[in-house]
Amino acid sequence: MSINLLKIKDLRVQYHGVEALRKISLSIDRGDYVGLAGPNGSGKSTLVKAILGLVPFEGRINFQSKSLQEFVTTKHIGYLPQKMSFLDQRFPATAKEVVVSGVYCCKKFPKHLTRGDYKAALQAMEILGVANLADRLIGRLSGGQQQRILLARALVHSPQFLILDEPTEALDPKSREAFYSTVERLNKENGVTVLLVSHDLGSIGNYASKLIYLDRELVFYGTFKEFCESSKMTDYFGAGQHVICHMH
Amino acid sequence: MTAIFVQIQEAIQYAFVQRAIVAGCFMALGCSFLGVFLVLRRFSLIGDGLAHVSFATVAIALLLDAQPMVVSIPLVALASLVILHLNEKARVYGDAAIGLVSSFGIALGIIIASTAGGFNVDLFSYLFGNILSVSSLEVWLTIGVSLLVVLITTLFYHDLFSVTFDEDYAQVLGIKVKVINHILIILTSLIVVLGIKIVGTMLVSSLIILPAISALQIMRSFKATIALAGVFAVVSVIVGIFASYVLNYPSGATIVMVNFGFFVGSFMLGRFIS
Repeated sequence: MSINLLKIKDLRVQYHGVEALRKISLSIDRGDYVGLAGPNGSGKSTLVKAILGLVPFEGRINFQSKSLQEFVTTKHIGYLPQKMSFLDQRFPATAKEVVVSGVYCCKKFPKHLTRGDYKAALQAMEILGVANLADRLIGRLSGGQQQRILLARALVHSPQFLILDEPTEALDPKSREAFYSTVERLNKENGVTVLLVSHDLGSIGNYASKLIYLDRELVFYGTFKEFCESSKMTDYFGAGQHVICHMH
Repeated sequence: MTAIFVQIQEAIQYAFVQRAIVAGCFMALGCSFLGVFLVLRRFSLIGDGLAHVSFATVAIALLLDAQPMVVSIPLVALASLVILHLNEKARVYGDAAIGLVSSFGIALGIIIASTAGGFNVDLFSYLFGNILSVSSLEVWLTIGVSLLVVLITTLFYHDLFSVTFDEDYAQVLGIKVKVINHILIILTSLIVVLGIKIVGTMLVSSLIILPAISALQIMRSFKATIALAGVFAVVSVIVGIFASYVLNYPSGATIVMVNFGFFVGSFMLGRFIS
């Protein structure tokens, strides 16, 4: 029996009077690997921000049956932000310092890191095969290595739910494949629930078990098979639906 | 060489040199702790901007016949918040906000000086500072504020690190980014006000920027960068004070030149290592 992890009911988000998301209702079960797609400005990042509690919203978001207001979601959610454009290649932090910063979400003031935190950081890096980079400066690593370090940061506090916001934008095809394989392993072997935000419906089709398609409102939510068989999606995409399903 | 050591030994005997070393070392420590965060957050020039504001606040203090530091600390802190809010709310770029407040400060200082008259010599002495003339009260104030800076930076180290590395992600981690930004900027304003007595409004930002960028040339980790910036800053002050005494150069400018020497050395070492 599937256990509900995240439940969104009648979610509505407005920015400066403009409706970014309207009446979104959906639920994600424990162990799901869900892809979130949609055109530019469709509200993908807004939905992620709402789940992370970073934007005000109307409606309800329940995590493990509790409303967002009742606890800090970041303790239970690992988040890998969009592309590494922010990363200063001269930033003087080691990979280990970056990874261990993921536990800050679970620390009260004044934050104090324990040996256990550093051990958890090394374990997360081992899972992702980057433990050998622990003492290297983050800016001196390749794009693929940096992305794995940031994924390790998202995993260091053992979250049950992992949100990946267009994680492979800056990666070459080989690093992209390796990255998705790692996420798939985390989902299948460690039971981590994954929400993958991507423009690339092909990648979502290859790895995710379910697909959310947004265009300011929920256009589609179901399995990829259902997506390909949906006449509503045929009306929405036209011939594009056939191309996407063929790629898959 | 021996003559130089004799002169240094002689200098150490003087109470004003002892005060200068103590105040300078604590000041340097405070500046370097903040400097690494400010440089990495592209706020390097905020020290410069706030120093220009302090030129106006010193003029106001002299006009009111009040203690310059007492008047400058709240007013420069207020100016730092104005810069932050212009950047966050008024859609003014960070560097432009610093330029705006900085030019206002200089203009206000000049207008006060030209209309009031009579204290121009005092006011212009703050342009270049004189660490050798710090009073006991100023030494204690410098120690207090510098220790406060070091303590707060240490308590908020992990939050500051996170906000400096990735502000958006820090927000995701539940860190109050705005609070951290306010803390950083207010501490900077405090340290800038103290710095104007030591190296003057013209050079105070160098105490914030130079040790940080020198340490960044040979960085190995974030903590090591802060520690190294602290070492560079303190050694620069000590060497600078003795060098200025021996060579009869202005102390503030000599401290900055020693800092610059560390930067050149670090830059070359950094190239060699990489």
